[in-house]
Order: sequence, then C-alpha cells, then structure tokens
Amino acid sequence: MGSVTATGQAIRTREVTDQVRTFSALAAAGFRRYATYRQATAAGVFTNTIFGFLRCYVLLAVAAGAAGGLAAGYDREQLATFVWAGQGMLAVAALWGWAELADRIRTGDVAADLLRPVPPVVSYLAADLGRAGHAGLTRFVPPMLVGALFFDLYEPRRAQTVPLFVLSALLATLACFGCRYLLNCLAYWLLDLRGPMTLWTLASGLLVGLYFPLRFLPGWLCLALWLGTPFPSLLQAPLDVLVERDPPAVQAGIVAVQAVWAALTLAACGWVQRRAERRLVVQGG
Amino acid sequence: MADQFRAYLHLLRGQARSQAAYRASFTTDLLSTATGIVFDLLTVVVLFRATRELGGFSLTEALVIVGLSASAFALADTSVGNIDLLGFYVRTGLLDAVLVRPLGVLPQLVLSNVPLRKLSRAGIAVAVLVAALWQAEIEWTPARAALTVLTPLAGAVFFGSIFVGSASLNFWWTDAGEVSKAFTYGGRDLTAYPITVYGAWFRAVFAFALGFGFVGYYPALALLGRADPLGLPPWVGWASPAVAVVAAAAAATVWRAGVRRYRSTGS
Repeated sequence: MGSVTATGQAIRTREVTDQVRTFSALAAAGFRRYATYRQATAAGVFTNTIFGFLRCYVLLAVAAGAAGGLAAGYDREQLATFVWAGQGMLAVAALWGWAELADRIRTGDVAADLLRPVPPVVSYLAADLGRAGHAGLTRFVPPMLVGALFFDLYEPRRAQTVPLFVLSALLATLACFGCRYLLNCLAYWLLDLRGPMTLWTLASGLLVGLYFPLRFLPGWLCLALWLGTPFPSLLQAPLDVLVERDPPAVQAGIVAVQAVWAALTLAACGWVQRRAERRLVVQGG
Repeated sequence: MADQFRAYLHLLRGQARSQAAYRASFTTDLLSTATGIVFDLLTVVVLFRATRELGGFSLTEALVIVGLSASAFALADTSVGNIDLLGFYVRTGLLDAVLVRPLGVLPQLVLSNVPLRKLSRAGIAVAVLVAALWQAEIEWTPARAALTVLTPLAGAVFFGSIFVGSASLNFWWTDAGEVSKAFTYGGRDLTAYPITVYGAWFRAVFAFALGFGFVGYYPALALLGRADPLGLPPWVGWASPAVAVVAAAAAATVWRAGVRRYRSTGS
C-alpha cells in the first residue's frame, strides 16, 4: 500500500513540475514575442511620455490652486510620481488594446486553442505575464526616468513599500488580464465587440484613476468604486501604494482588496470560458 | 471634376447605408462615442473639485476652452480621424488597391470609412461650447460671434492636418500608430486646458511651435475679453485660421512625400 501511495505522489509531483514548466515556457514565449516589437515599444514609450508631461503639468496646476498645496491629500511630489508611474503601469497592466482572443473567436481560430492540452485561460495568462514582464523593463522604467529628470518625484520612506508595490503591480496585471479576458469572451455571444471595447476604453481610463486620482471624487463614490468594482485595483492601487498616500495598515489593505479582485476575475474567466465552450459547439464551431 | 465628385458622393452614401444597416451596432457605437466626451468633461469638472482655479482660470472659463477644443477635435475626428488606419493599409499592402483607382488617395481612404457615430460627439461638444459661452456672460459683438463660428472650423482643419500629418509617419515607420496618438489624442487633451499650466519649454514646443495653443486657448481669451497672462497681444485670438492653413500645407507636403515613398509589400 505504501509503495502505491509513493508512486501516486511521484506522479502527482511530476504533473505539477510539468505544469510549472509549461507555464514558464509560455510566459517566456510571451516575453520574447513582445521583445521583437521594438518599434512598437519605442513608439509606446514616446506616447506614454508625452501624456505623462500633459497629465503631470495639469495635476501640478491643480495642486498649485488647491488649499495648502495638497490636491485630495497628495503633495506635488506624490502627484508627479502618481502620473509617471501611472503611465508605466498603463503599459504593464495593458489596460487597452487587447483584442487577440476576440479576433480569434470571430474568425474561428479559437478552435485551435481549445484543442491544446492547456486550458485557454491558463495559456493566455502565462503569455500575458511574459508580456507584462517585458513591459515592466521597457515600458515602466523609461517614463519613470524621464519623470525623474524633469520633476521632483516622491521617494518611498517605508521599507515595505517597494516590495508591496511589486506585489500590487502583479495583482493589478492579474486583475486587468481577468477583466480583458472577460471582455474578449463577450465575442462568443456578440461577435462584434467594437461598441463594448470603446466603452471599456473610455470607462476604464476614468475609473482606474488614470485621468485623475480617484480621491478627487466624493468619498462615498470612491469607496463604492474600490469595493464594488475591480477598476481601482487595476491602476490606482499600485500607485497609491507607491506614493504612500495612506498609513501602513491601509496600504496593506489596498493590496488585500486587489488580491480579492484578482481571484474573483480569474475565477470568473474560468467559469465563462466553460460556458462559452458549450456555446461554441452550438454555433457549430 | 463633376464625375469625381459624384464618385466620392457614392462612396459616402454607401458608407452611411452600410452603417445604418446594423442598427444595434450603430446605436451602441453612437452611445459609447457620446460617453467619451461626457467623461472628458467629467474629468475637468472633477479637477475643479480639488481646486478653485486652474492656471489662473475659473471652471466656466476653462469650459469655454474645452468647448472650442472639443468641437474642433470632434469635427476633425469624424471627417478624417479614420486615417489612423493607414498603418494597417501600409503593412498589409491594401493601399495598392487604393492607388490603382482613378481617384485621390486621401479622399478615398477618408471616405471609405466615415464613422457617422462620431457625429454624436461633435453634437455634444458644440452644446458644451454654447452652454459655457452662455454661462460666461460674454458681451457679444459681431466680431465675437464670427470668432465663435470660425474657431471650431479652423480648429477642425488644424486637427485634420495633425491626423493626416501624423498618420503619414506610417509610410516611413510602420509601427508608428502609437506615436500619432501622442499628437492627435495628446493634442486634444493639450488644447483642453489653459496653456498657462504647462512648463515653459513644453509650451514653447507644443502650444507655439506646433500651434496647439491657437486652437482653443487664444480664441477663448478673445471671446472672454481677457488679457493673456503670457503677454501676447489680443489679436492672436484671431490667428487660428492662419495657423490652420499653415498646418494643412505642411500636412499635404508630408502626405505627398509619404505616398511617393510607399513601396508595396508585394503580396
């Protein structure tokens, strides 16, 4: 009996290591894929930087006109850091422009994804984490450097802030992937996703805290957004963690809320994907 | 000439008919585009929750600038905004099909996809402008009335030139899509705020050298009867048509050079 259990254990261990190896291979492929789009990366950095200047000047003007020089509790350095780190996080979380899955659903190519031994949610997630890793190096760092060159940025004072920020950025990417995947899955039912995509682009820019920190809104609305929608967890959360806008306990609480949203959205992806696969058969795909 | 005009008219009518055919899609598109400008406005209003003035301007004054800039941008975006698909045409070689037809390349590309849904945006933008001017209690003169009509039109020509000029980058640099956005959508955001908020060098490059300052800010000063905190004389408020002409000429030059440079993918 003992030997049977031992063999079962060994097989299970091998399955897990195989799965880890598959996941990392897919992630590495995602990284390499984006590493080949060098022109697009440079173009993206340029655009993020121009918007960084724009948003930074506008928010600093808000702080200059606000009582005590504090705009919704952020000082000038915090606002500048918020903007420049936000321009980088926008690319790391890839808030906009991912319609790969929707296109494959529309053309029927998705059938090939379903034949693979890895569930689609897992394989797309792995590739997306690879992409995010690449963006962290090439899309986050350059705008931050430009920001640091032209503006006074905020230096974190607490030891835990930088590790917390990295964790928060990872959770933001996971939750953002979840939202994007769910949005793309709508194509199983609607096929034409132009309207919902436009709505997502517009609504997300405002609600994630890209155009202005969400604390500029009335407190009750801000709280409702944090707890009732995943949006603040996609961008505002890592930025608030980085600029230490709140006391340490709240700072950690923000990351906990993000973890809940990342888990919820990824679970929803799995559920919707299973429903969609049944639906795809009905369509004769 | 008349034949060409008729051909363009046919293209436009075909577009309108095909878009109206999918009613549900058209309605969602119309609504989501309208949402866009509502959110832009909300952003300005929310910023003014945190501060009483922005760059020395009140909310009403800022909304006059937003109204001018948004109407100009929406008109340009509706009519030629779809030129930003040029990168796709160049990359796939689809531009070949356009080049062999006996009509202008630019009008064909522009008319082959006129997003009528964006008209909702233009409508709201004009309404905002009218409301902001009302709120600002302007002393109306015939000259100011003329300026109110002229400015969005000149601004539309200016933004149209920015759209065409920055899309032309795709002839040299096929992945330039993102760079164009810095000038088109970036330009829209830039012109929505008083240029006094920007840093000196940034203002010198974008507001003056590239001309974005003349789309909304200076005409708004002339309408509001305010002196320029940056020290330029009042007649600058009337400069936008001239700036638009210069921009259009520059865009036309870049576009022609680009078309001449175009090499097919050969597929």
